[in-house]
Amino acid sequence: MNSVILKTAARLLFPLLLVFSIFLFFRGHNEPGGGFIGGLVGASAFVLFAIAFGTEVTRKLLRIDPRILIGWGLFFALVSGIMSMMAGDAFFTGQWIFPVLFGSEIHLGTPLIFDIGVYLVVVGFTLAVIFALEEEN
Amino acid sequence: MSHILIYPLLIPILTASIALIFFKSRVFQRWINVLGSGLLLGFSAYLLYMVQSDGIQVLQPGNWEAPFGITLVADLFSALLVCVTGLKAFAISIYSLGDMDERRESFGFHPLYQILIFGVNGAFLTGDLFNLYVWFEVMLITSFVLLSLGNRKTQIDGAVKYVVINLLSSLIFLSGVGIMYGITGTLNLAAMAEALQDGENTGLVITASMMFLVSFGIKSAVFPLFFWLPASYHTPPITVTAIFGALLTKVGVYSLVRVFTLLFTQDIGYTHTILLWISVPTMVVGVLGAASQYDVRKILSFHIVSQIGYMIMGLAFFTKIALAGVIYYILHNILAKTNLFLVAGVAQKYVGSYHLSKLGGLYKNYPLLSSLFAISAISLAGLPPLTGFWAKYTVIYAGLEVQEWVVIGFALAVGLMTMFSMTKIWMGAYWSKLPDKAPVASDPGFKPVSGLHRVALLFPVMLIAAFIVGLGIYGEPFFRILFDAADQLLDPSMYIEAVLNP
Repeated sequence: MNSVILKTAARLLFPLLLVFSIFLFFRGHNEPGGGFIGGLVGASAFVLFAIAFGTEVTRKLLRIDPRILIGWGLFFALVSGIMSMMAGDAFFTGQWIFPVLFGSEIHLGTPLIFDIGVYLVVVGFTLAVIFALEEEN
Repeated sequence: MSHILIYPLLIPILTASIALIFFKSRVFQRWINVLGSGLLLGFSAYLLYMVQSDGIQVLQPGNWEAPFGITLVADLFSALLVCVTGLKAFAISIYSLGDMDERRESFGFHPLYQILIFGVNGAFLTGDLFNLYVWFEVMLITSFVLLSLGNRKTQIDGAVKYVVINLLSSLIFLSGVGIMYGITGTLNLAAMAEALQDGENTGLVITASMMFLVSFGIKSAVFPLFFWLPASYHTPPITVTAIFGALLTKVGVYSLVRVFTLLFTQDIGYTHTILLWISVPTMVVGVLGAASQYDVRKILSFHIVSQIGYMIMGLAFFTKIALAGVIYYILHNILAKTNLFLVAGVAQKYVGSYHLSKLGGLYKNYPLLSSLFAISAISLAGLPPLTGFWAKYTVIYAGLEVQEWVVIGFALAVGLMTMFSMTKIWMGAYWSKLPDKAPVASDPGFKPVSGLHRVALLFPVMLIAAFIVGLGIYGEPFFRILFDAADQLLDPSMYIEAVLNP
């Protein structure tokens, strides 16, 4: 599609959507949000870019084949489970550490790693499907 | 804390994720596939050993106690099936090295293969009814992609039939799950079985049990819901057909056995009589369908249907010997039937066709392949001393004990017809002369497979043939495990106790 308005808007919205997706991702820690919805928003940034500038440019921008992203996503999700096993608990039992950074306690745990995996799988899957559909015609 | 139960699930999905990460490298994917399947075989054998020595194994992932979390359970029945799945996964992953074409490999055959194994193992190990549905979906989606991978017209035709009927089955399954949740207030199989023991709402429970029967009946291809199977199984490459024929319908049978031993035992006279009378037409129609076909893959596909009939028949008898026979039958069928598919694949690589009219001369030119076929075929037909004989013998013996003469008569007749089918393939493809229109004789571009490819194709067939002979001749210790497994199935209190009061 060759539209000046769309191209300009896509350029502006692209970073905004990415930041928003990361915000949603971290918001999922205690409130609605998380890897799945964050991943969808993240993917939508790339989809918007692909509609405005074509998939070839977008693939270059992404640098990594979306199918490989799915692989990494699954891998991260599984690693979070394996870490529980190494700690001696049942698979997928949450493991937490609470480091103090700049005077405030931070909750870091394996569910976060799992969620990164979800994020990557969702981005990878959505983009793989949409790129394939775009490139069909 | 024993983690052994998670490995049959963790290894395939981890292998799939690594294969996806190296999506561009076909060679790496191949070897990671074989390596992952080999590891899976090792760990599932260890799981069987653990279950046999320490009793039913239970794991609560995420440390959520049953019945609130999703439980993984392995009794002997599950462990045996996981073990034979590992064996099949390993054998067929090697076979795929010689069979899969470049195009399918670069579209992700290897990760899909592992995810299919992941789904199958999940269905065998889950202790949660809704979770079982999820595993069925994992299997359905991957098998759909594997079936249509390659994009040929016949494939899409088969895949559409397959997917539509299986989606319908999932819908019925899910409705049944909903009803059961309404009655018992839990989805955990053990807790559900416990809640059903007080015998209230029998009418409603039996209604739900019929929904499960229809749903799993579609998945396991029983009469009259089998038609999707012969319509789709001959379309993909033989590696995919073999793994489908080995595992997918058996997961349906596994689920039937699980719910009709653990949950729906309130009115055996009603439910299991229905099972019994479904089994007869399943056997008969399957074997008659096979008699009318001349494509080796179609003959074998129809035989899957007929063999499912025997398994359902054993379940319907519902005695200790019968259930041991059912488990043996499932294992035997996984081994013998897929081996026949694999042999048919090798024959196609030698001569160029699956059709009996274009096959021939195999006995003269390839004695090793012929003997491998003979072992598997004799086993499938049920001649002593191979696995098929003991499988049929046990199930039929159980039938004689409960004096179901008519059903036994049909079962024996179907056995004879199976022999006829195997003889037909033997005469058409092995003893006959090579016909002029066979691709190897008429098409100068066709080259019989040779070298390393040949090794990759023949090694797994020999491995499984060795198991068929071994389990047939040296069967007694194996049967002892089977009787223990049948005891566990007949006495659900062991299962319930293991899950709810660890």
